[in-house]
Amino acid sequence: MFDFLESGQYDVLGAFWVTVQLTFYSAIGSLIWGTVLAAMRVSPVPLMRTFGTVYVHVVRNTPLTVIVMAASLGLFQTLGITLTGSDDFEVIGFRLAVLSLIAYHATFVCEALRSGINTVPVGQAEAARALGLNFSQVLSLIVLPQAFRAVVTPLANVLIALTKNTTVAAAIGVAEAALLMKEMIETESDAIFLVSAMFAFGFVVLTLPTGMLLGWVSKRVAVKR
Amino acid sequence: MTPMSNVSVTKDAAPAAEDLVVLKNVDKHFGALHVLQDINLTIGRGEVVVVIGPSGSGKSTLCRTINRLETIDSGTITIDGKPLPAEGKELARLRADVGMVFQSFNLFAHKTVLENVMLGQIKVRGVDKKAAEEKARSLLDRVGVATQADKYPAQLSGGQQQRVAIARALAMDPKVMLFDEPTSALDPEMINEVLEVMQQLAQNGMTMVVVTHEMGFARSAANRVVFMADGRIVEEATPDQFFSNPRSDRAKDFLSKILHH
Repeated sequence: MFDFLESGQYDVLGAFWVTVQLTFYSAIGSLIWGTVLAAMRVSPVPLMRTFGTVYVHVVRNTPLTVIVMAASLGLFQTLGITLTGSDDFEVIGFRLAVLSLIAYHATFVCEALRSGINTVPVGQAEAARALGLNFSQVLSLIVLPQAFRAVVTPLANVLIALTKNTTVAAAIGVAEAALLMKEMIETESDAIFLVSAMFAFGFVVLTLPTGMLLGWVSKRVAVKR
Repeated sequence: MTPMSNVSVTKDAAPAAEDLVVLKNVDKHFGALHVLQDINLTIGRGEVVVVIGPSGSGKSTLCRTINRLETIDSGTITIDGKPLPAEGKELARLRADVGMVFQSFNLFAHKTVLENVMLGQIKVRGVDKKAAEEKARSLLDRVGVATQADKYPAQLSGGQQQRVAIARALAMDPKVMLFDEPTSALDPEMINEVLEVMQQLAQNGMTMVVVTHEMGFARSAANRVVFMADGRIVEEATPDQFFSNPRSDRAKDFLSKILHH
């Protein structure tokens, strides 16, 4: 049944490994950039608040494909920004894809986190301010730790969406799972259902444990009030 | 709102020699509501001032303006001779010197009792961890919750939480302690354990501003009672004078409703 795999011309595991790498770096980057954006959106400085709000609304409402294409055609091919010293297209494409995925998913992290901040009672921040902590200490020591614990489940959603959205990187030629799938559909057209099912299964293998693990984490870290 | 501009404030108790907190002509609005109207109040070092009055009289707001959790529209507030800074580092530094105890305790829910009492010392005062822990444990012992040090706030009773909150504020060595209705959210049986800690503090010479409905505490621990109604200080007197012989009609009316049950 899977005899098309035996030819050895398709590196399915290798392609999924690129998917995992794309997911890993983009997840970390989105978490960091998303947290910064959330901090901006609740900051007392109007300029930061405005920047955060405008960024989130513009980027969140732009299709990911457009962002990825803009990174490839705009940043790289027009402006020559490669994010790397090497001229290996594979590396350049990978980094631009990670940048695009971070830029896009950070907006969802930001908004999830902001709803988490709203679950932290005002009194927590007041008590922290009354002790003499400054704004960034109040945010980093008291508010964000509690906000994160409240939004593990929505962040798991973002992570799962991110894992699947890495397939958009195929549009700029990053050799991840979706690109290989496209190739296999063309060459193994008699096994389309099988190929599709195989890639679908691959993504389930990646995302199902993520969701279950984070569901468990969410219960473990929940703040009792 | 009833216009009370002609009612003069009766002052029977003179503030102690050294002024620690001075409010001058303080005004504040919440939208159309004039919540603080021309407040003048001086609190001397070591003095215990109890603020009482009906709901909505502005007493909690008054308490919260002293460490600028509420901003004011006009007037001045000085603490230990220094005017209250508007924001930034200066304000944070000042807040560290002003302890605050809230009605709803507000212990940091994701930190243990011990960590709650250590946090300010380490992050604001720059005390090293070991010294902070030592001090935290001795303060927790002092307020009678030493055995709960490693629990989370939600595992404690209200009375225990409030005593931890007092320890947390004391850990900063504040010049003055503000209590914003510290016993109002407590079950009746837990009120006394908190009041006892506050009595102790008062006896040890802590400067305290206490917004409360506990008339027993006002009688026994206060140097001065400040009666507020409709955003104004209507009467200031010693507890004895205030409770046995209130001057203003508003205070008489208030007392007749809450006493003699």
